[in-house]
Amino acid sequence: MAYCLKLKAKNKMNQIINFLGENIQMIYIIILSVFVGVEVIGKVPAVLHTPLMSGANAIHGVVIVGAIIVMLNTPAENILSLALGFVAVVFGTLNVVGGFAVTDRMLEMFKKKK
Amino acid sequence: MEIKYILDIIYLVASVTFVLGLKMLSHPDSARKGNLYAAFGMTLAIVGTILLYNHPDGYTTREPIKIILILAAIGVGTVAGWLTASKVQMTKMPELVSLFNGMGGACAAIIGLMEYEHNLGKTGALATIIAGLIIGSVSFSGSVIAFLKLNETMKKPIRLPKYNILNTVVMIALVLFGAYIVYAQPEHLLLVVLLFIFALVYGVLFVIPIGGADMPVVISLLNSFTGLAAAFGGFLYQNQVMLTGGILVGSAGTILTLAMCKAMNRPLTNVIFGAFGGGNSTGAAADINGSIKDISISDTAILMNYAKKVVIVPGYGLAVAQAQHVIHELELLLEERGVEVVYAIHPVAGRMPGHMNVLLAESNVSYDKLVEMEDINPQFANTDVVLVVGANDVVNPAAKTDPSSPIFGMPILDVENATNIIVNKRSMNAGYAGIDNLLFYQPKTSMLFGDAKGVLAKLVSELKQM
Repeated sequence: MAYCLKLKAKNKMNQIINFLGENIQMIYIIILSVFVGVEVIGKVPAVLHTPLMSGANAIHGVVIVGAIIVMLNTPAENILSLALGFVAVVFGTLNVVGGFAVTDRMLEMFKKKK
Repeated sequence: MEIKYILDIIYLVASVTFVLGLKMLSHPDSARKGNLYAAFGMTLAIVGTILLYNHPDGYTTREPIKIILILAAIGVGTVAGWLTASKVQMTKMPELVSLFNGMGGACAAIIGLMEYEHNLGKTGALATIIAGLIIGSVSFSGSVIAFLKLNETMKKPIRLPKYNILNTVVMIALVLFGAYIVYAQPEHLLLVVLLFIFALVYGVLFVIPIGGADMPVVISLLNSFTGLAAAFGGFLYQNQVMLTGGILVGSAGTILTLAMCKAMNRPLTNVIFGAFGGGNSTGAAADINGSIKDISISDTAILMNYAKKVVIVPGYGLAVAQAQHVIHELELLLEERGVEVVYAIHPVAGRMPGHMNVLLAESNVSYDKLVEMEDINPQFANTDVVLVVGANDVVNPAAKTDPSSPIFGMPILDVENATNIIVNKRSMNAGYAGIDNLLFYQPKTSMLFGDAKGVLAKLVSELKQM
């Protein structure tokens, strides 16, 4: 029994390592993006922190792409999934459109005077 | 040529616009364009996905009903998002960012719920799904609570007994529960739904004990959470644009969170676990000596009219009173008379870092008039008049002198070095952090009581007659 569990755990472990290996390019993107994010954002003056936060907020709305993919992959008969997907797309759009619109509104005010 | 490659190129372009957009957001002149670039990239990515995405194993179908539903959902979201964003008052901005952030989190959580069944048997993919589900849900419920706190529906921090230990235990339990699901891979969705609910509850528990004054930090943190949740989705679908977008925001949010904590001189752990902003006014009452001194509007006008240099310290109170426009009028009038006027901006003035700048920019104050704390502090010594409007904690000397004060150690604006300090307040209530301010009792300080907008308007008309 214990041996069996151990074997199962080992099997899971192998699956995880394979998963990482198969996705190694993705992992490279992640690590490099972290550095890019830190570099790019590190230089923002405090004046622009709120617009930056709002702009970043809009960018993570990219999760909507995932919601669209789920919808496209769902069979058209599966009403429950379609309904859930619909809600997800609405939420994602709110995040994207609201985020960018509000950031633009804030930045509109930063025109140089004088 | 494969269609997939076109979509890959679209995603590449979108990712570049995100990086470029964030970079351009870091300079006032290019910020607006940067935001538009990112928005353009996002539109490309969305349209490209709808038209060109295909699952490698051929699950993707494009029945009209699905396309109609997707377009309808985008339509509903666009109209609602656009209307809210264009109607909201600038003072309500932080709430709105919090709410939009929550929407993104919810979107990620729903994706996790829906993808679970399709990925049974693939441990790596399931781990990604469960992580995205947990983080998205926590971000969603946390953001909603932050929203309620900021619009003051929920006023007092709610602290359950031993909430720190309770929250830690719940968090560990949540992670273990998630790990268990990834390990055991139950076929029925019930456990996953339970996990979803459990994560929502944790999000609530995480935010309710934190005081309103710390909400910006919390929102920024949840913002990076949602970024992470999006990135997990990107990992799952091998979707580069979701991955770069999500990770960029994840690291941006983290840096921004730390910057905010630094401005308040409090470690992040202190914000999350420490009790603050709860309204227990410690310390101050004991050692108040000196008394409050009133000043009339005409005396203030005279003082300012003959000053060489006036520094205005705006706080959130100014924005609440909608006095940004009249303060700009005051600034122009004084400049006309040859008085040098600048604004001293504390990093955490307003409800978010930089919030004050946005609010003043709204009333056309030029941004070179907005001087940041490190640059303005040495200038107070040769300032004749400091006008504090609706700010409190950011000028509270207790941050330097009183180790028992909850804000002890926070860098403040050294207004007490100026010749005259005039403080406009509505009443003697304590500030947002709920603590008394010794500055008001100093001999150099005079209080100008009244609603900021009314008082400033009277001040302007008084000055005009001089």
